[in-house]
Amino acid sequence: MEHNNSNGNIEKFEYDNAIVRNFLIATVVFGVIGMLVGLIIAFELVFPELNLGIPITTFGRLRPLHTNAVIFAFVGNGIFAGVYYSLQRLLKTRMYSDTLSKIHFWGWQLIILSAAITLPLGYTTSKEYAELEWPIDIAITLIWVVFGWNMFGTILKRRVEHLYVAIWFYIATFITVAMLHVVNSFELPISFLKSYSWYAGVQDALVQWWYGHNAVAFFLTTPYLGLMYYFVPKAANRPVYSYKLSIIHFWALIFIYIWAGPHHLFYSALPDWAQSLGAVFSVMLIAPSWGGMLNGLLTLRGVWDKVKVDPILKFFVVALTGYGMATFEGPLLSLKNVNAISHFTDWTIAHVHVGGLAWNGFLTFGMLYWVVPKMWRTNLYSKKLADFHFWIGTLGIIFYAIPMYWAGFTQSFMWKEFTQEGFLKYPNFLETVTALKNLYLLRGIGGVLYFTGVIVMVYNLVKTANAGNFLANEAAEAPALIKFHAEENEYWHRWIEKRPVQMLIVSFILVAIGGIVEMVPTFLIKSNIPTISSVKPYTPLELEGRDIYVREGCYVCHSQMVRPFRSETERYGDYSKAGEFVYDHPFQWGSKRTGPDLAREGTMKLRKPNAWHYTHMLDPRLTSPNSIMPAYPWLIENDLDVSLTTKKISAMRTLGVPYPEGYEQQALNDLKKQAEEIAADLKKNNINASPNKEIIALIAYLQRLGVDVSLEKKQAMNNH
Amino acid sequence: MLRFVKHHLENILGIEIYPLISFVIFFLFFIGVLIWLLKVDKKHIQKLKNIPFE
Repeated sequence: MEHNNSNGNIEKFEYDNAIVRNFLIATVVFGVIGMLVGLIIAFELVFPELNLGIPITTFGRLRPLHTNAVIFAFVGNGIFAGVYYSLQRLLKTRMYSDTLSKIHFWGWQLIILSAAITLPLGYTTSKEYAELEWPIDIAITLIWVVFGWNMFGTILKRRVEHLYVAIWFYIATFITVAMLHVVNSFELPISFLKSYSWYAGVQDALVQWWYGHNAVAFFLTTPYLGLMYYFVPKAANRPVYSYKLSIIHFWALIFIYIWAGPHHLFYSALPDWAQSLGAVFSVMLIAPSWGGMLNGLLTLRGVWDKVKVDPILKFFVVALTGYGMATFEGPLLSLKNVNAISHFTDWTIAHVHVGGLAWNGFLTFGMLYWVVPKMWRTNLYSKKLADFHFWIGTLGIIFYAIPMYWAGFTQSFMWKEFTQEGFLKYPNFLETVTALKNLYLLRGIGGVLYFTGVIVMVYNLVKTANAGNFLANEAAEAPALIKFHAEENEYWHRWIEKRPVQMLIVSFILVAIGGIVEMVPTFLIKSNIPTISSVKPYTPLELEGRDIYVREGCYVCHSQMVRPFRSETERYGDYSKAGEFVYDHPFQWGSKRTGPDLAREGTMKLRKPNAWHYTHMLDPRLTSPNSIMPAYPWLIENDLDVSLTTKKISAMRTLGVPYPEGYEQQALNDLKKQAEEIAADLKKNNINASPNKEIIALIAYLQRLGVDVSLEKKQAMNNH
Repeated sequence: MLRFVKHHLENILGIEIYPLISFVIFFLFFIGVLIWLLKVDKKHIQKLKNIPFE
């Protein structure tokens, strides 16, 4: 028996559409910018000169800008627009505080602006999708709290007893992203825009990919599932197919997702048990993911005739299909034998873009086409243009994804192919890159198609808004809610549905358990990271060189992780071990090999003369014809900034790197000495380089890579 | 700070049991959700389903 919880008093109030409009505009603007940057870097992989020879437009610096812009600026603003629109209507109340809404909006845009400035300038932590430096991390935390505060304030003053399932997804998003961001952003500041990760090596990698994976889960997936549960039924004008399924889907998804992070680290130096845990949970993820997808698609049963003529529903169908494809592929890629093929290749790029372009992109577009005419109280300017957007966007996804799958398979098989005599068939890594150039070009064309659709959408939406009349405050009315009371035979789940704070706590416990179980043991159990006695801290010059490596974003194209496959040990040398990375704050394993792995770059097998590195940085095509790596002439011109060297040494000691007490006093002398040795060696090869240039430090770092481990091997052999 | 935390946590006895406990908690919770869903009043579900249309 349902109780009537209203006292009959109809209350009048207004929905805040202005804040939704602001977030919508930001979504569109940053969507255009983020995708444009994506297009530029896609073509830079075909025409490396496109960076115009300047640092700020170079692939390594723009790629983080692209990922951050599309994730946090485009999708982020899309989330907020959708949440602010649906939350008010689902709870029959205005947002809790207009001021908090405004702080949230402007704060978030300011964060995006600071990202857009700092990332191209090379201020980066090098942790993927968490590249922003520590002051911005703090700002994100504060603004995120404002968002949560505003959301919970709204939930608490609602006029509806039960929380619709979309809101559960919003709550889980809020709390989990908060936890992920705070834990992954532990860093020790050195200066205003420079810090070192608290964690090192394996631990840093584990925390990073626990974060990275769950950024996909709780920033690109759960909030969008919430939006799906609101906007798909609204656009189809029929309730969700199965509400029960949505409940199972919610709990299973948030619990399982949080454990799956280690699938980004298969065959790496991460302990096996953690890899297996990640694999098992990743495979299980298909159940709740497909539950959600089918629930969305089946909501459209009986209205397929409408889907044919309504571009909004078409966008939703492709978004859900893309979600289904990406979440089928995800578990597949989490099988170790499949991952052995896909990892470090363009297959990953294809996978994330099916998710990004179809699921996030198309769901956002559908939402925009639905909300804008509503808030501007008019009809969409042109349905034909929206249809055109749909078709060209869909073609764009296909043209993007197929060449990338092709490139992924091609490269992986070329890496692994042996001749009958037992040698690598393509010992020169470059061969496996130049083979992909045409595919990269095709991918760029796919991007152009998709982007064209977006521009057409912008035109269509602007025209719609101009023809309409924006309603900033939308009048509404609903009966006041007196109080919640227990119903007869009320089950505990029903109890929780009405209690947002308790919901928050249970969600938090579930995601925190996953995070703790996964990470704590690697922090606690020393045997998980066996030490290697020959692994020593970096010299001051190498440390500075490493910071340049981080600044230039080398990790976006070069891994430092040799997997235990014969094809890799043949190519690079001994496979990587956990103990090698104990002084790496932050780790530099990378996730993609557009260029070769560098973990063994300084060892006998791969070691190149200093002069080779110098020439290679000046223009990669001088040493490696047809290379697609950008030139780095500024490293040769720039003086190395050593003003922070002593601080960096003592910061590293604080983090547990065993530099002797007082070593910072001697560090600059050592740095100078090592730099002069390298400059003298260059001189022998007729290269006149001053020892105080950045290139010298970078060469020192590259020549160090893998040396400690090969030393250990030599020592072991001598002892026998 | 982190070192401080690490050193103290290193000595937790029987840390291996933690994953099992957490899995059991989730498993029971999930079974609870399923049982509730089997027993729940259809009208109630219908009401929740229609919230976006009210």
